[in-house]
Amino acid sequence: MLHIFKRAARDIRTNSFLNTVAVITIALSVLLISAFALFFINADALMTFWTEGIRIMAYVGPDVPEKETQQVRENIRRMAGVQEVRFIPKEEALEQFKAQMKAQSSLVGNLKENPLPDAFEIRVAEVSRTWENFERLAEEIATFPSVEEVEYGQKWLGRFIHIFNLVRLTGYAMGCLFFMATVFFVANTIRLVLYSRQEEVEIMRLVGASESFIKDPFYIQSLIQGALGGIIGLGALYVMFNFVAGNWKLEIGDWRLGIPAVDFPVPGFHLRFLPPDLSIGILLGSMLVGWMGCYVSLKQFLRL
Amino acid sequence: MQFSDNTFIIRAFHVHKRYGSKSALVDISFDVCENEFLFLTGPSGAGKTTLLKMLYLGEPVSEGQIVVDGVNLSRISRRRVPFLRRKFGIIFQDYKLIPTKNVFENIALVVEAVGTKRRLVRKKVNSLLRTVGIEGKAKAFPPSLSGGEQQRVAVARAVAGNPGIILADEPTGSLDTESAGIIFNLLKSFHARGATVIIATHDIELIRKTGGRVIVLEQGRVQAATTIPKLT
Repeated sequence: MLHIFKRAARDIRTNSFLNTVAVITIALSVLLISAFALFFINADALMTFWTEGIRIMAYVGPDVPEKETQQVRENIRRMAGVQEVRFIPKEEALEQFKAQMKAQSSLVGNLKENPLPDAFEIRVAEVSRTWENFERLAEEIATFPSVEEVEYGQKWLGRFIHIFNLVRLTGYAMGCLFFMATVFFVANTIRLVLYSRQEEVEIMRLVGASESFIKDPFYIQSLIQGALGGIIGLGALYVMFNFVAGNWKLEIGDWRLGIPAVDFPVPGFHLRFLPPDLSIGILLGSMLVGWMGCYVSLKQFLRL
Repeated sequence: MQFSDNTFIIRAFHVHKRYGSKSALVDISFDVCENEFLFLTGPSGAGKTTLLKMLYLGEPVSEGQIVVDGVNLSRISRRRVPFLRRKFGIIFQDYKLIPTKNVFENIALVVEAVGTKRRLVRKKVNSLLRTVGIEGKAKAFPPSLSGGEQQRVAVARAVAGNPGIILADEPTGSLDTESAGIIFNLLKSFHARGATVIIATHDIELIRKTGGRVIVLEQGRVQAATTIPKLT
């Protein structure tokens, strides 16, 4: 086995230009695909971060008897996906409003009667915090006769999530395309290597070398190319990420690279790099790409 | 001369080779005995190279059958082809050396390919280099060698896997008289050690000097099969 590795390493050195092209091709594809993955992971985390803060507010109509209000509360509490229901009487709501409007307290003080309704603040269980669940719960709560209006804030978030899901689908499609394009490019690069060694392969076959004796170094070579491409692609992404996230800065005189170390535009949210298991998965994926490229070109080439 | 079946190492029965509508070989039948020294001769385009190629499955047979060492080539599986080819040592007129590998590596490739243990490869290659008399050129690359030296490397590579049959296609065709003599003596020495040697050549002088059985091909057909005595 060690001998095959040595032969593969020697072949890489002999055809260094073509092998470098293959490694760069894989590295660029890994960089693009993992950049997509990084975007989706952080966008997903941001969605979770935002949805954690969402509460459904159900406003009770005027003159609803207390008994009926209690019944509504109980009904809401029993709904699937509801974690907690808190009743906010209109007096408490006014107090909160006053506290928030300290500067305009005189305006609020002049009110003859409390214009705010009683309300329920509904927290959704963590596992049910999808936009579809928020919509479903809000629609169901709105059907109660005593409930006058239901709000779950940040309607823009719903639109954002829909757009994000579309982008995610596009991302998957592009990921598949990149994967196929990389296999195609790598297959062609390896085919070029094979053509440059056509005579050698032909002589090996004529002298009775087995198929595995001929093919194994090419497979090892393509796995090495895949691993190198994967490491370079992920490494480049890691460097770029740290500059973008403000973890690293590079200053040469007046010239500066890297965002100042401040919070990401959303306070409390921090960008994160690809988790180790996904990084290993991408690395193995890039080795698979190399292997598949080799398989495709060898299958065609050795049939000749 | 009569041989019993088990001494024939190669048997060809009514072999035809066609490229599209053009016939390269027509109804060729012959036998080769173990340890025979056989010449295939005839003018250029007679079909000598094609016939040699068909013996090691470098070309498929269009019609008829060839049996090598008891193996019918029409029925051999793709997986067994490398094992069939290890029975042959092939010498090409254009040497077919790998220009990016040095002399040692060119020979070692075959020694490794036939499954020689790693620790024995160096010893075996050095021994072959001594046999063909180019031990001082181990690190040289083929383009820097003369035609005679390149053909000596090709001979060393051909016998590297200890083949039972040596096929030589115009082995002296592009060599000067002295180099041709060296190559020919090497082939005779391998024959003396038990190998069957089949040489495709149009050099009648060479055949006369050596003597042996000759199959004459012309326009893809066997015109004559005779034994020429060695010139004394």
